[in-house]
Amino acid sequence: MLLRLGFGTYVSALVAAPVLAILYEAFAGGLPACIAAITDPVAKDALLLSLGLSAVAAVINGVMGTAIAWGLVRWALPGRKLLSALVDLPLAIPTLVAGILLVALYGPQTGLGRVLGGWHMDIAFATPGIVLALLFVTLPFVVRVVEPVLAELDPAEEEAATTMGASRWLTFRSVLLPPIVPAIAAGTVQVFARSVAEFGSIAAVSGNIPHHTLTAPVYILGEVEGGSPGSAAAVSAVLLVLTLILQPVSRGLVQAAGSRRV
Amino acid sequence: MGIRVQGLVKRYGTVPVVQDVSFEVRTGELVALLGPSGGGKSTILRIIAGLDPADDGEVWLDGARVDALHARERQVGFVFQHYALFRHMTVEQNIAFGLRVQGASKEHQRRRVDDLLNIIGLRGLGDRLPAELSGGQRQRVALARALAPEPKLLLLDEPFGAVDAKVREELRRWLRRLHDEVHTTSIFVTHDQEEAFAVSDRVMIIQQGRLEQAGTPLEILDAPATEFVARFVGDVNVLAGDVVDGRLGLLALPVAGSGPMHVIVRSYDLKFWRADDGVAVVQRVTPLGDRVRVEAILDDGAAIFAQFPRRSSLLTGIGAGARIAIEVTHARAWPARALPGEHKCPS
Repeated sequence: MLLRLGFGTYVSALVAAPVLAILYEAFAGGLPACIAAITDPVAKDALLLSLGLSAVAAVINGVMGTAIAWGLVRWALPGRKLLSALVDLPLAIPTLVAGILLVALYGPQTGLGRVLGGWHMDIAFATPGIVLALLFVTLPFVVRVVEPVLAELDPAEEEAATTMGASRWLTFRSVLLPPIVPAIAAGTVQVFARSVAEFGSIAAVSGNIPHHTLTAPVYILGEVEGGSPGSAAAVSAVLLVLTLILQPVSRGLVQAAGSRRV
Repeated sequence: MGIRVQGLVKRYGTVPVVQDVSFEVRTGELVALLGPSGGGKSTILRIIAGLDPADDGEVWLDGARVDALHARERQVGFVFQHYALFRHMTVEQNIAFGLRVQGASKEHQRRRVDDLLNIIGLRGLGDRLPAELSGGQRQRVALARALAPEPKLLLLDEPFGAVDAKVREELRRWLRRLHDEVHTTSIFVTHDQEEAFAVSDRVMIIQQGRLEQAGTPLEILDAPATEFVARFVGDVNVLAGDVVDGRLGLLALPVAGSGPMHVIVRSYDLKFWRADDGVAVVQRVTPLGDRVRVEAILDDGAAIFAQFPRRSSLLTGIGAGARIAIEVTHARAWPARALPGEHKCPS
């Protein structure tokens, strides 16, 4: 009994207390002050940019992650193991380093950056750089959720559809896709949640220009350093609430994906 | 709709899995491809369906060559060993899938699904998911799904391999009855000879990618064309040695020729009886339901066994340790040479 109480206290102190503290801090100046902090033009643009680019990253990785998972499961590629290791690599690289890597490749001083810049395609210190950073950091999420579900599907199901005359597209849409949709959705939500919170890689690659490339997490750090803990807390609270909503959604989807297995 | 296969060849890398296989199946026939596992039977089936490409050879369906046709254009129904039902679709949706693909009207789909649910005896279970059915039920749904679009040809790949023995026997009888009703030309693959003989009009014995013999069950049983077939079919003794004047060691054998031979004797083609001046000693007597299996060792050390009806008078006095005389009533002999893939076949 005492032991259980101890565990409960430890987890509460570690997780729940800071969460409550930031919510308290956010609303310390009253609700109007909190709303004012969130709707401040720079803060609002930072939040919208974070949400928008995260949505873009989620959609792209939802599609590409599914395709990669399919390739890993169905193709006896010679470099399968290497590909699989590459997919996991972003998890092992500190995200700040990930951002630096992208600047090293696409930065305006690099060869590639200069060529792209000549075509007015700035990647580093522009929104494409942020999206690339988010795609990089969240690459494994969809792949690793979809892969095991795909692996359990029997290729004979697709063959059965084919012998009954179904086209490739119909087979994909009505046989392959439905059982993996919950897994894809779960992975996509995870990508989105992680992207909204991403700091390190973006800080390095985005240039952090207010209204253009300044995302919410980087804005928060700026507010903290600039001596505005109240507005930092308010924007943090928005991200926090979003996370609190997305996490159970993602967990429910993962469970749904698992229960579809026969 | 008849089917003809001509000179089929398939290799995986350098390993040949199908070697120059040719056969014909007449309209309305139910034919079994029988042979040991890994002998290329399923590969032949998949080539006919268009699921795997052949390296050489021709497939003719209904008088037209179909090698260039994609699997989806061949109008061949395929039943997979592990059912391969669409797991997220109900039984009805599974059965209706092929009709949906054809663009059949909702009304037609419903009527055909109802008919097939009646035929497979699963009326009232149409809105179940595959996961909610037993193995035997799933396989029947898989069969109904394959039959729904009225294919020219029905291929079944080890259709009863994944269900337990009792259900398998039921499904066998049911498949035979079903075939007698719908008459769809059918080929099914099995490694179980009892299954092949019980269900099919004709049996084709496939071994190591080759067609060893094609014939009715009786022809295969009574006139095995090769030593492999003789060994594979039934429960057999293989006696190896020099045959001289119709004798091999201590046994008189009704076979012609002489020299080193493999003599194949079915377990029901010999008689044992109690005799003190006999040539063998009984080792073991095993009751097998309606039959009894008797194993003995000849005085020269060779092992031999036979099966008798449970109430046979020949069994009088026969028990472990008894001396017996042996008469071989029927045997077949092949000149001795190493057999490819030689092994003891299960009964």
